[in-house]
Amino acid sequence: MGAGHAHRLYRRGDSPVHALPPHCKLAAVLCFVLVVVATPREAMWAFALYAALLATVAYAARVPAGFLLKRLLIEVPFVAFAVLLPFVAHGEQTQVLGLSLSVDGLWGAWNVLAKGTLGVAASVLLAATTELRELLLGLQRLKLPPLLVQIASFMIRYGDVIADEMRRMRIARESRGFEARGVRHWGVLAKSAGALFIRSYERGERVHLAMVSRGYAGSMPVIDEVTASRAQWSYALTLPLSALAVCLLGWFL
Amino acid sequence: MTPPAPAPEAASAEAPSLEVAGLAYAYPDGHQALFGVDFRIGRGERVALLGPNGAGKTTLVLHLNGILTAGAGTVSVAGLPVGKRHLAEVRRRVGIVFQDPDDQLFMPTVREDVAFGPAAAGLRGAELEARVREALEQVGMAEFADRPPHHLSFGQRRRVAVATVLAMGPEILVLDEPSSNLDPASRRELADILRSLDVTVLMVTHDLPYALELCPRSLVLSEGAIAADGPTRDILADENLMRAHRLELPFGFDPRTVAAGA
Repeated sequence: MGAGHAHRLYRRGDSPVHALPPHCKLAAVLCFVLVVVATPREAMWAFALYAALLATVAYAARVPAGFLLKRLLIEVPFVAFAVLLPFVAHGEQTQVLGLSLSVDGLWGAWNVLAKGTLGVAASVLLAATTELRELLLGLQRLKLPPLLVQIASFMIRYGDVIADEMRRMRIARESRGFEARGVRHWGVLAKSAGALFIRSYERGERVHLAMVSRGYAGSMPVIDEVTASRAQWSYALTLPLSALAVCLLGWFL
Repeated sequence: MTPPAPAPEAASAEAPSLEVAGLAYAYPDGHQALFGVDFRIGRGERVALLGPNGAGKTTLVLHLNGILTAGAGTVSVAGLPVGKRHLAEVRRRVGIVFQDPDDQLFMPTVREDVAFGPAAAGLRGAELEARVREALEQVGMAEFADRPPHHLSFGQRRRVAVATVLAMGPEILVLDEPSSNLDPASRRELADILRSLDVTVLMVTHDLPYALELCPRSLVLSEGAIAADGPTRDILADENLMRAHRLELPFGFDPRTVAAGA
């Protein structure tokens, strides 16, 4: 869709992956993640193959490895927990570099780390090749409850408006000599947050009025119908289907 | 612009665009905002609705498309009474442009926003695209169709807001403070656009020179009733009337010496 709509995760391009309809990509990523999660954690080679599959997609989408790896960092706070597992889990112990670690905990940590990383990598690829607006259209097409899609769409539209309002309130505070310095000033910040909430709520009411005035009756009219051909579907589903083959091998080998 | 579907009750050709008779309204908290408002606006007229803050202007506007329901009296648009039965058709015929374009433009892109009204009325595909393009061309914003509204200047957003209601092919365009927050150039551009449209206009405003420039006729709403109805120049020149209703001209502005704009 149009210019100027890019978010930081998106990487403009005209690769075949960019060109796929959004709902195909969403479905492919969801199925891929489900397959990855269903893979037995002992089949370590299967995860290597999954990573190779994602690398192929990244190559087809012309997303450079550095871009992908940098965005993977978002995962770090979430997997910190996995690193703790070998130290806190019970059961059979093993010695690694002089540390006594739980075998079960090590497997658990590997499980979380491998599956989490693959899931995040798949999502980052999706975000890098699909505009936010398209994602919403895709979700709408996949019959996500319309209310959720509408809420997400308003978040995109009004995120900047509200951030701007917040910035103006901060400038107004600072212009009157206020500076947040520690706990004693939290009261003022809390009041600002409350005022911002009320302002946003009132804006919500005005927006609703404007919507009703233009014939809104509870559901968003369909403006852009996204459609996918059979070829596009099969192209998108190559990823989860290859992953499924790997997964089955993992269970039966 | 032709309406996309025949009206449930065909509007007679002679019916005025807007007819308000004996309209009274009290808010649920008991505060009475309108005490019997009467006026009519003929097809193709451009009329300014003037009045001090708190005169009931916004309350009146919200009655025109049935957001508020009259306690007493009637509103009809091109002969169609505003009421529960024809709400969808009434809202198509009455295009309200709200004061803050950020409230009016709620979709992710300009194109989708302009398409919202006609799509809600059931238009699809090529017909919808044509309608959107036409409306954006009328306000000179066609090349911004794929932009998100928050990347436009305030004046551009106001113009898109006008396009969003033009796309519905309205019988009457109702503008709430159209010139507020506009710089002089955007203000003039909007005036040029409004003059070029072939549609009835009701303009709610405090900007008296703007009213004189665009609207040959004005209504003064004061304390919930119509206090004056006549040629804008005469109303603005009537010092007693103006003072009685807290209307003031900008410093140095003399309506008698300004060439008629409309």
